[in-house]
Amino acid sequence: MIRSIRKEPRRRIGRATVLRVALLCALGLVLVLPAAGYGGPAKKTSPQASCQLQVFSWWTGGGEAAGLTKLIGIWNKANTSCPFKNETVAGGAGSNAKAVLAQRLAAHKPPDSFQGHAGAELRDYIKAGQVEPIDFIYKQYGFDKIMPKTLLNQIKYNGHLYSVPVNIHRANVLWYNPKVLKTAGITKVPTTWAEFIAALDKAKAANVIPLSLGEQWTQKHLLETVILATIGPVRWAALWKKGGAWSSGGITTALNRYKTLLTYTNSDAASLTWQDAGKLVADGKAAFNIMGDWQDGYFSGSKAGDNLALKPKVDYGWTAVPGTGGVYDWLSDSFTLPKGAPHRAAAVKWLAFLGSKKAQDTFNPVKGSIPARQDANPKLYGTYLKWALQQWKNDKLAGSLTHGVVASNAWNTAVDTALGLFLQSKDVAKFQTALVAAGKKYA
Amino acid sequence: MRNVRRWGPGLLLVSPSIVLILVFVFGLIGWNIKVSLSDWRSSVKSSNWAGLAAYRDLNSDPAWTENLHHILLFTVTFIVGALLIGLTLAFLLEKGVRGEGFFRSVYLFPMAVSFIAAGVVWRWLMNPAPGDRSTGLNVVFDKLGVGFLGNQWYLGQNWGMSAMALPAIWALSGYIMALFLAGFRGVPEELREAARMDGASEARVYRHVVFPYLRPVTLSALIILGHISIKVFDLIVAIGGKQLITQTPAVYMWIQIYDAQDYAKGAAIATLLLLGISVLIIPYLIYTVRSERNA
Repeated sequence: MIRSIRKEPRRRIGRATVLRVALLCALGLVLVLPAAGYGGPAKKTSPQASCQLQVFSWWTGGGEAAGLTKLIGIWNKANTSCPFKNETVAGGAGSNAKAVLAQRLAAHKPPDSFQGHAGAELRDYIKAGQVEPIDFIYKQYGFDKIMPKTLLNQIKYNGHLYSVPVNIHRANVLWYNPKVLKTAGITKVPTTWAEFIAALDKAKAANVIPLSLGEQWTQKHLLETVILATIGPVRWAALWKKGGAWSSGGITTALNRYKTLLTYTNSDAASLTWQDAGKLVADGKAAFNIMGDWQDGYFSGSKAGDNLALKPKVDYGWTAVPGTGGVYDWLSDSFTLPKGAPHRAAAVKWLAFLGSKKAQDTFNPVKGSIPARQDANPKLYGTYLKWALQQWKNDKLAGSLTHGVVASNAWNTAVDTALGLFLQSKDVAKFQTALVAAGKKYA
Repeated sequence: MRNVRRWGPGLLLVSPSIVLILVFVFGLIGWNIKVSLSDWRSSVKSSNWAGLAAYRDLNSDPAWTENLHHILLFTVTFIVGALLIGLTLAFLLEKGVRGEGFFRSVYLFPMAVSFIAAGVVWRWLMNPAPGDRSTGLNVVFDKLGVGFLGNQWYLGQNWGMSAMALPAIWALSGYIMALFLAGFRGVPEELREAARMDGASEARVYRHVVFPYLRPVTLSALIILGHISIKVFDLIVAIGGKQLITQTPAVYMWIQIYDAQDYAKGAAIATLLLLGISVLIIPYLIYTVRSERNA
C-alpha cells in the first residue's frame, strides 16, 4: 500500500515554498521559545491601577468556604481600592493546593498571602526563604498579647513568627452516640484507658462497631491521640525536638495500645473517609469515633450543606480522648506573607485584618472552629464550640502531628510510611524502630 | 553537502518538532536524571552532586519494595486479564454475531471513561464493607447465592492489587478487542481456505494459521498495556487515595515530591519508571524497525 502511494507524483508544492514555510517555522520557534519564559514582566502595568489582593487557599467547600466568603465581604467593603482575588485550589487538607503553590513559588510568582497549617509545616517555606517574618504585625496590632503565649511559642521558628493563625481546631475529641452507649450498657463516658477498653468491650458485645475508623490519615490521627494520652503533653512536645525519646518505654506502651485499639475497629477502614467513619456513629452502627472537631461541623451542620443536622448532646456527644483530659491537641490554619508578594502593603493589611477580633469572630462560628485570640464572644458560637472555648482557656497545649504543627512535611511522610507498613504487619517493634530512625533523621 | 537542496527543505520542515522534542522531552529527561543524582532533598533548592544516594535510599526503603510488589501484581493481572478478555471478545465477534457494530461500540465505550471517573464507580462496586453495610459486587454475589465470593477487594492483604486491576481491565479490554479484531480481519481468507482444503480442523486452522498472524498485534497490545500499567496513578488515587496499602511507584513519586519535598528521591523514582517502560518499549522499537526494513 505504502509503496503505491509513493509512486504518485510528489511535487505538488514547489520546493521553494516548502523551504520558505520551513524557514518561517524555525524562525517562529526561535522567537516564541524565549518569550514563553518571560510571561511576567512583559505584562507589567502600574500596580496602583490593578491592585488585587491575591489570596491562595484550599477553602473551597463547606463551612470554610462560607467563612472565607464572609471575610471577603468585609474586606471588599473596607478596601475598595484593592479588592480580594480568591485563588483557591480544591482538594482535602490542601494536598493539591500545596503542589500548585510549590510550582508558583518556584517560578517566583507568589500570591500576596497563602494558607498553611501553623507550625512545622511552614518550615519548608521558611527555610527556602519564601516567606517573611511578620513579628512587626504582631507587635503593631497587639496579637502577641491577646493570643496565648504557649501557642505563639509553638509556632515560632528561630524566635520569629511567620504566619497569623485564623482559627484553632481540636484533634483529640472522642465522639459517641449516646443511644448506642445506653443500649450497650455503657453508663459512664470513658476518661481513662482502662475505662475506654471496658466500654469498647461492651460495645463489641452489643454487636456494634466499637470504634469507627477511616482511611490512613485518620488512622494516623488516632495514633497521635493514643501517644499523647500515654506520655502526656510535656513528653509529647519533647519528642519533636532533637534527641526525642522515641525508643522509650512510653512509646512502646502507646504503640501496643494502638495495636489493641485497631482490633476494635471496622475492617473496611481504608475505604472510608472521615465523614463515612463519623456517619457510622451518627447512624448508630458504631459507638465511638476519634476525630478532630470538624466532625461537629459535619454532625450539626445543615442538610443543605451535605451535613447531618443532628442535635448536639442529644444525637451525639463528645469528650476529650481518654487520657487526654485537660490537653488541647490543637491545629490551626494560618496565613503568611510571601517574599516578593506583588501587593505587599495590602498583604500586611490583610494579615492584620485576619488577626482582628472582628475577622476571627466572623470566620470561626461559620467554619466550626474557635479563634486563636482569647477574647472571643462566646455568644456567637454553637454548643460544641462553647465547650471548646472553655477548654482552650484552661487546657495545656499540644501541637498536632497529623495536621502539621509539630513535624515537617518530610517527617510526616516518614511517619505515614512507617504507619502504612505497620498497619499491614502489626509489628510494634519494627514500627518503633522506624519511628526512632525518622526522629533521628528529621528532628 | 552538494545535495543540500534535496534534503535541506525536509530537514528544515521537521526541525521545529525536532527542537521541541529535544528540549521538552530529552532535555527534561536529562534534567530529571540530574536532579535524581543531586542532594536536593528539601524545599531548599540544591544541585550538588550526590551520586546514587537517592537510589540507595529507595533500595533500603521498605515502602518502595511494597510499591514494586504492588505494581508487579497489578501489571500481571491487568495485562493477562485484558489480553484474554480482549482476545475472547474479538474471537466471538469474528465468528460473526448479529449486530457486530453495536457490540463493538459497547465494548469500546469504557475506554472513553477517564480512570478517575471509572475509579469513583469501581470504588463503590468494590466496597469491602461487611454485613448489612456492603454495597456493589459483594451484594450481587450475596443475592446470587454465591456470597462466599464476597471479599475485601483492594484492601486484601495479599491480592488487593489484583482487584485494583479490575477497573483497568474493564476499561481497556474493549480496546484490545478492537486490536485483535483488526488482526483477525488481516488474515487472508485464502490462507484459511487453503488450510481447510488440506484437511485441517477449525481448531488447527486457528492454531497454525490465524494465531501466528496475531503475533505483532499481541506485541503491540502488550506494550500499550504495559506502559499504561507501569505509570498508573489516577486510578489508584481515585480508588485507594494516598495509602500505603494501594500505593504504586507513580503515587509514591507524587508523595516524595509534593508532600515530603524530597526532590532527588522523587526524580529517582521517575527515572526508574522511565527505565521500566524503556525495557518494554526499546525491544519493541527495534523489532518494528527491523520488520519494516524487511517488509
